[in-house]
Amino acid sequence: MKDLIKIDHLSTYFDNGNGKVKAVDDISLRVREGETVCIVGESGCGKSVTAMSIMGLVEEPGGKVVNGQIHFNGKDLLQLSKNELRTIRGNDISMIFQEPMSSLNPVLKIGEQIMEPLIVHQNLSKKEARERAIQLIEQVGISRAGQIVDSYPHELSGGMLQRIMIAIAISGNPKLLIADEPTTALDVTIQAQILDMLRQFKEQSNMSIMLITHDLGVVAEMADYVIVMYAGKIVEEGEVVKLFQSPKHPYTQGLLKSKPVINQRQDELYSIPGQVPNPLELTESCYFHDRCAHCMDICRTKQPKLSEVAEQQKAACWLYEEAVVHV
Amino acid sequence: MSLNSTPLPGTIGAKQPLAKSSSLFGQSMQKLLKNKLAITGLVVVVMMLLACFIGPFFSPYTDNKVNMAMMNKAPNLKHWLGTDALGRDVLTRVLQAGRISLTVGFASMVLSVFIGSLLGAIAGYYRGIVDQVIMRIADLLLTIPGLPLLFIGGSLLSEWKVPTEYRMYIVMFMLGFVNWPGLARMVRGQMLSLREREFMQAAVVLGLRDRRKLFNHLLPNIFPLLIVIATLNIGGSILSESVLSFFGLGVMAPTPTWGNMIDAANNLIDFQERPWLWIPPGFSIFATVIAINIFGDGLRDVLDPKQKR
Ligand SMILES: Nc1ncnc2c1ncn2[C@@H]1O[C@H](COP(=O)(O)OP(=O)(O)OP(=O)(O)O)[C@@H](O)[C@H]1O
Ligand code: SF4
Ligand SMILES: [Mg+2]
Repeated sequence: MKDLIKIDHLSTYFDNGNGKVKAVDDISLRVREGETVCIVGESGCGKSVTAMSIMGLVEEPGGKVVNGQIHFNGKDLLQLSKNELRTIRGNDISMIFQEPMSSLNPVLKIGEQIMEPLIVHQNLSKKEARERAIQLIEQVGISRAGQIVDSYPHELSGGMLQRIMIAIAISGNPKLLIADEPTTALDVTIQAQILDMLRQFKEQSNMSIMLITHDLGVVAEMADYVIVMYAGKIVEEGEVVKLFQSPKHPYTQGLLKSKPVINQRQDELYSIPGQVPNPLELTESCYFHDRCAHCMDICRTKQPKLSEVAEQQKAACWLYEEAVVHV
Repeated sequence: MSLNSTPLPGTIGAKQPLAKSSSLFGQSMQKLLKNKLAITGLVVVVMMLLACFIGPFFSPYTDNKVNMAMMNKAPNLKHWLGTDALGRDVLTRVLQAGRISLTVGFASMVLSVFIGSLLGAIAGYYRGIVDQVIMRIADLLLTIPGLPLLFIGGSLLSEWKVPTEYRMYIVMFMLGFVNWPGLARMVRGQMLSLREREFMQAAVVLGLRDRRKLFNHLLPNIFPLLIVIATLNIGGSILSESVLSFFGLGVMAPTPTWGNMIDAANNLIDFQERPWLWIPPGFSIFATVIAINIFGDGLRDVLDPKQKR
């Protein structure tokens, strides 16, 4: 499979006066055609910032992509002009957000919001765009589409709005869909429907998906490949089955342990002890060291590199570096 | 690569039945109708408009002929509100003056809302240097109180001997110009917060042009605010124009406005002995401005509840 998007050494920093936050710190990843890559990690580990960097949503002042390349179809998105970027956004790459309620403009009708990118990118007339909008609404499984086009966001439920967001996102037949926690705000049954729908569109159109989530159930269901992030870094990545069967990085192991297992009641759900480190106080080390049960001396002073630990699986942890003498 | 359009399993319909009049505007108007005070204000304004713009057609005195035989007559059956120093019918003049005053008020509002919202929107959306330049100019204008500024403008017009028939238009521009900075500042504030909202990120992600984002996505969000400000603005402009004209610095005779009609009664004798000269225009200003403001406040309550004073 060909690489659709390839990110090399991407670093995105924020500086809001009281110090530099390395929200994304030298990460490399790729998504191949037709593949679903999931990015997981606790809150604040840089998942959304990764997506924002791809979409060019990191705005100065405050945030800046300080380093790296994002190759999409052979072009480096970070080097493109505003105009070139605009023809890619909403067309080849589209994105859906966590909060469907706030991702739609409250004062514009649903139909207008679906029609706009169609008019802009596909040069449809108003009438054609409206017909296509109705079609799209039906396609995402909402009945009475004729009525829905003329309603306002506040008149629909969260699940319906997320479907509308998906309708907008797929309207341009994108090659890549970035979904930033698309189901977190929805209840469980609707979550499943939305995920089903994404999967079906993906299969119909050979679209690639970059799915951001902290729900490992979603990962198990959707992913081909998983990337685990911690404090702005990729700590482990691998093919989904491998990673679930034999997680290598202690953080991934902890994440998997904290996932409730069906039919198996635990008195207390496991949770990784400690908290995500303050991004302002990070020094050269394994950022996970103060929460890690296997912490060694070297972990406190040197950062482990992401390297192959098994076939199709990489981890950044001193436990797997051969040069280190294990104590 | 295309998506076939078979609906997926798990099709859902509208959860709640969609309300019939689903437009936000329709809903607001229904709420407005329940506000008696606001509706009273609206009725007064509409009646004033009708009277001023249609009333004169039914008057036999629209030619404003000077009639020395009929000077300063008290209200009587032929001249309901009496006649002025030149023997002209006061009622007819009040209505004709109303046309001018209302038009000037409305036109200057349109101008200030246009300039103010455009500049405010651009400043708030682009921020940075554009914002700096626009807002510094606005601040500068805001530090000089409006009325003195208008007085200076009016005096200049007199100094330069601007023909009286043009003064009306120039006064419109002056009023519009004085009012835009406050409005621009308000619109800018709204823009600054709106542009950070998630739906604007979603609009960026759609690959829309700035112009589209600004005018199709952001401005509609502040329409309610604009409507309220615009309404209140008309009242303010009418008042300013009256003050200006009263001091002989605004629209000048022979073009009648409510302000310069009161000015005609500016000596003590007229003021005490001939109240029909100044009460009708004075009352018109008072009633119109109050009615517009009451209506504007009512509008604010339904359209923009956050901004309640
Ligand atoms: N606009 C911003 N200004 C300053 N710092 C930011 C900004 N956006 C993100 N950050 C910082 O970047 C880091 C990563 O944030 P990010 O939103 O990517 O987390 P996340 O993994 O998406 O978390 P969540 O699961 O809560 O969505 C955080 O420490 C956050 O404080
Ligand atoms: S590098 Fe050390 S501290 Fe970090 S995860 Fe591995 S063992 Fe734990
Ligand atoms: Mg996030």
